[in-house]
Amino acid sequence: MFGLNKKDASLLLVVAVLTMFAPFILNPFPTDSGLAQFNAGYPDLMQRFVIFGIFAVGFNILFGLTGYLSFGHAAFLGVGSYSAVWMFKLLSMNVIPAIILSVIVSGLFALLIGFVSLRRSGIYFSILTLAFAQMSFNLAYSVLTPITNGETGLQLTLDDPRILGESVTADGSIPVTNLFGMEMRSAFNLEIGAWDFQFSVGYYLCAVIMLLTFYLAIRIFRSPFGLMLRAVKCNQNRMRYTGLNTRPYTLAAFVISGMYAGLAGGLMASMDPLAGAERMQWTASGEVVLMTILGGAGTLIGPVLGAGFIKYFENIFSKINDNVLHQWFSFMPDGIEDFVVFIIHPFIGKGWHLTLGILFMLVVIYLPGGLVEGGQRLMSLFKKDKADDDGSHAPTKHPAE
Amino acid sequence: MGILEVKGVGKRFGGLQALGDVNLSVQENTVHAIIGPNGAGKSTLLNCLVGKLIPDTGSVMFDGQSVLGRSPHEINQMGISRVFQTPEIFTDLTVLENVMIPCFARRDGSFRMHALGAVSNERDMLEKAEKMLSDVNMLEKAHLHAGSLSRGDKRRLEMAMCLVQEPRLLLLDEPTAGMARADTNNTIDLLKEIKTKRDITMCIIEHDMHVVFSLADRITVLAQGTPLVEDTPQNIKGHPKVREAYLGEAHVD
Repeated sequence: MFGLNKKDASLLLVVAVLTMFAPFILNPFPTDSGLAQFNAGYPDLMQRFVIFGIFAVGFNILFGLTGYLSFGHAAFLGVGSYSAVWMFKLLSMNVIPAIILSVIVSGLFALLIGFVSLRRSGIYFSILTLAFAQMSFNLAYSVLTPITNGETGLQLTLDDPRILGESVTADGSIPVTNLFGMEMRSAFNLEIGAWDFQFSVGYYLCAVIMLLTFYLAIRIFRSPFGLMLRAVKCNQNRMRYTGLNTRPYTLAAFVISGMYAGLAGGLMASMDPLAGAERMQWTASGEVVLMTILGGAGTLIGPVLGAGFIKYFENIFSKINDNVLHQWFSFMPDGIEDFVVFIIHPFIGKGWHLTLGILFMLVVIYLPGGLVEGGQRLMSLFKKDKADDDGSHAPTKHPAE
Repeated sequence: MGILEVKGVGKRFGGLQALGDVNLSVQENTVHAIIGPNGAGKSTLLNCLVGKLIPDTGSVMFDGQSVLGRSPHEINQMGISRVFQTPEIFTDLTVLENVMIPCFARRDGSFRMHALGAVSNERDMLEKAEKMLSDVNMLEKAHLHAGSLSRGDKRRLEMAMCLVQEPRLLLLDEPTAGMARADTNNTIDLLKEIKTKRDITMCIIEHDMHVVFSLADRITVLAQGTPLVEDTPQNIKGHPKVREAYLGEAHVD
């Protein structure tokens, strides 16, 4: 199917089903139940899941395949956002030209940064990309204020020219982003019993684009080009003595992942047309590294899982506060209840970073392959049980040496 | 006129004259061995041939073209492949993928953005790689990770990766270094087979005299950065200058 083998096609199908039915899947609890706060099926958060999924999938093409750890990918995200907002200001509120421009501009920007940074590898490459990203971040706040609008961030105003659209709508407000007339923020609500499901145009646009980029990533992974990128990670010396020029391969990977980041940035701006410099800060670059490693670098589905995991934590876990805890543990005697809440307190609400940090450490130490490796181990555990029932043993993997 | 012509090559590292004035002519379809004691400059010479080092003086011509100033991948694309002292392979990839990479490099050149085709659809390349693996008796290991192979198999794989490119000149840097006797003999057999089956020129750097004398057509003895003698194996055996270079001068008082 689509030039994929059976395994990859079924993976794509699973991801497609999950993203298409996300408004149901992420909303398992009735609206007025106590667990409703764990529902993640509202458009704003679902959009973030898939947009960061795109970002991480792109990052994984560079980091997972070639092993080059870029610490400045947020710069491309920011550049993509700015480009998209400028397109909204100057051309039209249709998201298509904005997204196209953000991909092109971030691709060119990645070409420039990659050309310089890829002269070094390992930690020096990481530092160079970090330096470039921080430079972009600081420039956006200072010298480039005419383009970026500094600390306020780039926003739409009532006197934007908008050549192919209207500057102001009939009722005197700023027009909203749309796809050929379908407004991004418009949503269809479906109420079934106690459940309330929301289907937003914006989310489905992002989801479709995410599926396309995920499909593209699978193709790249399975292509001769992808094989060369894995070879770069493994042994550049052998590559050179096999007649292959490693530089254009790494640069191509860098530009592709930069374009993925730009696309993510463009989509962010399409959902909410404003762009600020903080999108380019090093913490944002670090976040995508975290997502990729947490999910499983070098695997197809890993970055998507990692992105979803972290964004869920950031938005849901951070909402649990002491009041919620007191409700949960109200069945306990007063003293013990207070004590338990006191113990858990640092890990929730604003302390969600602490929980995430601990989880990240556990994953890196015990599951170097990320959540994907965790899943594989679980699977093999079940398989092994079956195999033992048959009386056969799983073949042990030992080097012949 | 040989396929590889080295003329007056010299290389200096700081105060050390690693190569003096090396002249070497490797004839097509022969096995030419370069031997010499430690520090004789064998590896430096080899590095000059593949573009890793640029000699201070002299010229290196391959098939009438200068290789000097070219990068390793360009020199490889001219038809020179190299086997390293410790096998350089792609340890994270499977054996089959290891052999397919040079197939692609030969077909597509030093860079091709071939991002949408699937490796599994490249029938020609797969067949070529599998044929090569069966030639070196490794077909049953095609789907193992290259990193899990034994040292002998890694060497065998590296040879396969070089041979599948059908190079005109194969450079071997101590192909049996650190091998057990059995593995050494296997490697000799493999190289003999390659020699008889293919039109290939080989240039071997080797310590092990057993290997050299069972393979080479011509031998150059290098000592202190300059060639002492160049002759057939029969004449090299027992040559007084060679003995001197290896064992030191005999003083009979």
